[in-house]
Amino acid sequence: MEWMNAIVQGVLVGGLYALFAAGLSLIFGVMRLVNIAHGDLIVAAAYLAWVIINATGLPALASLVLVLPIAAAAGYLLQLAIFNRVLGKDILPPLLVSFGLSVILQNGLLVMFTVDSHKLHAGALETGSFELMPGIDIGYFPLLTFATAIAAILGLQVMFYHTALGRAFRATSDDAEIALLMGLDTRKIYATAMAICMAVVALAGVFLAIRSNFDPFMGPGRLIFGFEAVIIGGLGNLWGTLVGGVALGVAQGLGAEIDPGWQVLAGHLAFLAMLALRPRGLFPRMAG
Amino acid sequence: MTEPLLTVEGLEAYYGDARALHGVSFSLEPGQTLALIGSNGAGKSTLLKSICGLVTQKRGRIVYRGADIAGQAANAIVTRGIALVPEGRRLFPSLTVEENLQLGGKVRRPGPWSLAAIYELFPVLRERRRQLAPLLSGGQQQMVAIGRALMSNPDLILLDELSLGLAPVVIRDIYDLLPRIVGNGLTAILVEQDVTRALNSASRFLCMQEGRVALAGEPAAHSREDITRAYFGT
Repeated sequence: MEWMNAIVQGVLVGGLYALFAAGLSLIFGVMRLVNIAHGDLIVAAAYLAWVIINATGLPALASLVLVLPIAAAAGYLLQLAIFNRVLGKDILPPLLVSFGLSVILQNGLLVMFTVDSHKLHAGALETGSFELMPGIDIGYFPLLTFATAIAAILGLQVMFYHTALGRAFRATSDDAEIALLMGLDTRKIYATAMAICMAVVALAGVFLAIRSNFDPFMGPGRLIFGFEAVIIGGLGNLWGTLVGGVALGVAQGLGAEIDPGWQVLAGHLAFLAMLALRPRGLFPRMAG
Repeated sequence: MTEPLLTVEGLEAYYGDARALHGVSFSLEPGQTLALIGSNGAGKSTLLKSICGLVTQKRGRIVYRGADIAGQAANAIVTRGIALVPEGRRLFPSLTVEENLQLGGKVRRPGPWSLAAIYELFPVLRERRRQLAPLLSGGQQQMVAIGRALMSNPDLILLDELSLGLAPVVIRDIYDLLPRIVGNGLTAILVEQDVTRALNSASRFLCMQEGRVALAGEPAAHSREDITRAYFGT
């Protein structure tokens, strides 16, 4: 039953990894931008929530009412002011800019909040659980995280494939030059995609900050988990991203069951195995 | 005399340091079809891309309905009523046929073209409307590309190499439909490798050679020898 419990808990934590990954997947899908700063943006969103909660006294989850739109607006401006200037046929300049942004964010957070770790508190929701069956307890908060990940990915999927905005995203991703001829302002399309990505980042940041302590330097680790979930699930497939997150979470859970020190290593090994056996991931997007 | 719809004056276009157009000038009246002919590399596609805003490094004037649009972005130019059917179709591969057409209608100007009108012009597209664009035959893809451009109800349509890579019977079918496409007073610039077909379809022609205008006028006013000499630069 311990193994079963490890798998169930792994599935639930996979929801958080899917939240890390969903925005990454969206941005890569729309503008072929590999955003090295993605993990740091998640941590920055966690700090933003911490500041808002301290200033307003809002409960942790309720802070999303402010964190989400602020993050989305920041994403829109970030794209217009920085990333749009370097996007082009060469993927290296935006990669380097996002790396620079990562360094700036980490050091900026360090200056503002010190190296001490922080945490958001969600009261009984954080600690409460129910017994699914003897030996398997489901925490309310991990379950809420998982449900939120499903809702976020469902929302992104509907937006991407069933709305005019999603059509514009896909067209711009396919051929940005011809998209211009359709009257689409590709700079604003990219900025809108980044705003949506940052809204998901805000969700990821707040759920991360309730689940565990956070500090200015934990962004790159979240980026790696997000990348691994995207690659395992298959590039360009949003539901694959959820499956990738779950696979990563389960691998980590099983690793921890063998030896607590193997938790993260087991996730990386699962990722490497996937790269070796199915380099395009479990559910790659259909070509053309 | 009718006011020109489009006047190009001393247009120069560049790709980096390389100059592709050397002072191209011409004008086009409403309802005319201009055949743009010339050998490979003559600058035909560059001229079309310059007019619709895809080539941004340029000098000179492109006056459309009295306004200089040379410095405007492609997404702004389409709202003025200029649409391009690009060389090689360049449909959006992750979109269905209908989504490609709908996106063409994102800039909706008043006019006769709608989804229903496109399906009436190309009935096969209605049957294939839920298919992804790359799954269509080359001829059907060309129909989508033409339909996508028409969906904005342009006043000027730029048709770049309609026959490229298509079977002769498909080319004939598409050219048979051309009078219906441009018959509503639509002004057109037609780039075509098949010179005879282009001249037969147009009221005027412009022959380009190495980025310059080598010869221009009405097809009937020039002998085939003159046109051939201009085409090959001999």
